[in-house]
Amino acid sequence: MANVFTRMGDWVNERAPNMMPAYRKHMTEYYAPKNFNLWYYFGSLALLVLVNQIVTGIFLTMNYKTSAAEAFASVEYIMRDVEWGWLIRYMHSTGASLFFVVVFLHMFRGLMYGSYKKPRELVWLLGMLIFLVLMAEAFMGYVLPWGNMSFWGAKVIISLFGTIPVIGGTLVEWIMGDYLPADATLNRFFALHVIALPLVLLLLVVLHIAALHEVGSNNPDGVEIKKGPKGNRWDALKPADGIPFHPYYTVKDLVGVGFFLLIAAFIIFFAPTMGGWFLEHDNFIPANNLATPAHIKPVWYFTPFYAILRMIPSFLGQAFWGVLAMFGAIALLFALPWIDVGKVKSIRYRGTGYKVGLGLFVLSFILLGAVGAGVTAEVIPEWFGDVDVTFWENLFGRFWTLVYFGYFVFLWLYTRLGWETTKPVPERVTTHD
Amino acid sequence: MANEVVDHGRRRFLTATTSVVGAVGVVAAAVPFIKSWEPSARAKAAGAPVMADIGKIELGQKVDYAWRGLPVFVVRRTQDQLAVLPTLAPRLVDPNSEVDQQPSYIKGPDRAIKPEWLVVIGICTHLGCVPEFFPQIKPEPFDPNWKGGFFCPCHKSRYDLSGRVFAGVPAPKNLQVPPYHFVDDTHIQIGVDPKEAG
Ligand code: HEM
Repeated sequence: MANVFTRMGDWVNERAPNMMPAYRKHMTEYYAPKNFNLWYYFGSLALLVLVNQIVTGIFLTMNYKTSAAEAFASVEYIMRDVEWGWLIRYMHSTGASLFFVVVFLHMFRGLMYGSYKKPRELVWLLGMLIFLVLMAEAFMGYVLPWGNMSFWGAKVIISLFGTIPVIGGTLVEWIMGDYLPADATLNRFFALHVIALPLVLLLLVVLHIAALHEVGSNNPDGVEIKKGPKGNRWDALKPADGIPFHPYYTVKDLVGVGFFLLIAAFIIFFAPTMGGWFLEHDNFIPANNLATPAHIKPVWYFTPFYAILRMIPSFLGQAFWGVLAMFGAIALLFALPWIDVGKVKSIRYRGTGYKVGLGLFVLSFILLGAVGAGVTAEVIPEWFGDVDVTFWENLFGRFWTLVYFGYFVFLWLYTRLGWETTKPVPERVTTHD
Repeated sequence: MANEVVDHGRRRFLTATTSVVGAVGVVAAAVPFIKSWEPSARAKAAGAPVMADIGKIELGQKVDYAWRGLPVFVVRRTQDQLAVLPTLAPRLVDPNSEVDQQPSYIKGPDRAIKPEWLVVIGICTHLGCVPEFFPQIKPEPFDPNWKGGFFCPCHKSRYDLSGRVFAGVPAPKNLQVPPYHFVDDTHIQIGVDPKEAG
């Protein structure tokens, strides 16, 4: 038996002599720092969710009907009549939300350990591009069931482009292919959602990991293992603090996969709508261009950015400042490697100002999310009685918007004007033997 | 051939011109794909602007027109009805039309290009029913303090004669004002901004 496999292997090797070396380069002879912690699970988990989305997505297309007249009913058909259709759909819809959970944590890890800094700027930029494409992908996917929130969400988001001076109106019609979100809009979003954007996403993920493997992973100590001492159990020339990705980290990642699947399964089976957070109630009503849902709000992962959009009032007769601020909030993340020029990477050895700053930044992101999701509008009258809700919500939202943007201004000053007092960074990762 | 001296200038020129011609080709080839996203002929026909002859509408009367499948109310308001509008502000949700429910040229309590003529989409912003027209300034069963306006039979939302929603009803927003402009004194075109009409 083994003989057959060896011969098959040899047969392939003769014809494609670079395949085994590539496997070794990225798996068994890829040396990753030995001190990875929990935060390093989320890259591989993002890959897992990506595969889940593609596989379940392919099966959904087999029964989904791309037309404004039939889409909603076809999703109900999947839920009720297709054997196991409900499971496939809930795996896809829950997967979408978990994708963002995982990616947000993955990004937070990057912030914490300074993984965006030299020499990993390219890894970070490719990651941010992935993030953009992922948001577009999720938005268009949300439109496909053609529920009422699909329709109105699409309408509101597309109208954002309408605030651009001069070309706005034409642009909106161009995006929709009609004067309101309609059959044409649904069809083009379907095309983008199931093929165009996934292809881009896959390409970007390959580049993201390729770029990472060029420079090697960062780690919780922010130490460059390639600059440290050489020689480990497997190779005298490779970093002493590195261990082969396979089998060490493949096995470790499998543990993460186990826990993750446990949580995912719990949600899929017991709370697929997550109380309206993963699938909004208004989306169980078919799209109706004549009936606006009482509260139009995006799915939770867009709410922090949506809040920033809503908090910026129009000015000089233009409404697009909010849109600018919203895109600016994302653009600043792109620019992070050049805003934060501090030499120390990991939060473990950075100044107190950095720790407080990052804490406030995360808090602002979460609280803005609450504003965008309408939590504050609900909670303020409950807690404080008969007050001017809009006024207090705006005050609250604007304050945290300032904190969000303030983080970048602060980092810039903090690292450029030498305000930061860092701790000494160790020579090697702190858990070497 | 192999021994000849390479003419770098010529090579650069050829590379540059080929690239430019190629790029022009790519751009030209992209045009049809980009254009294919514009509203199709069918969508355009279905969404075409509507010409409304308003010459025969009496003072205080309402006439409905259909535009993009939506009922558009055109109301010719009386002086009395107009005089009431500014006084209603404290009872309204959005008296100054700050929420984006109208083109930018629709402002003020009358929400109209010419105060006499109200043009709104007759779809309740709550759940999409068609509100009814109660033009008289007199107590009504649903509001003893009624100053004229629209009343939605489905869930009792009330709007004034500018389509502004009253506070404390289910509807969240004012009635929507479509883009429109006056072609002449007795004709309006619904669906085209004054700016676009030139
Ligand atoms: C589909 C989404 C994504 C996938 C599949 C993905 C995959 C991965 C994988 C497998 C790794 C190596 C393992 C690890 O460090 O966790 C990684 C590292 C990294 N990713 Fe992503 N990623 C995604 C999105 C993002 C985004 C949105 C960002 C940030 C903008 C990002 C930034 C980074 C950085 C900076 C590293 C290096 C971390 C370090 O070495 O400390 N990634 N990514």
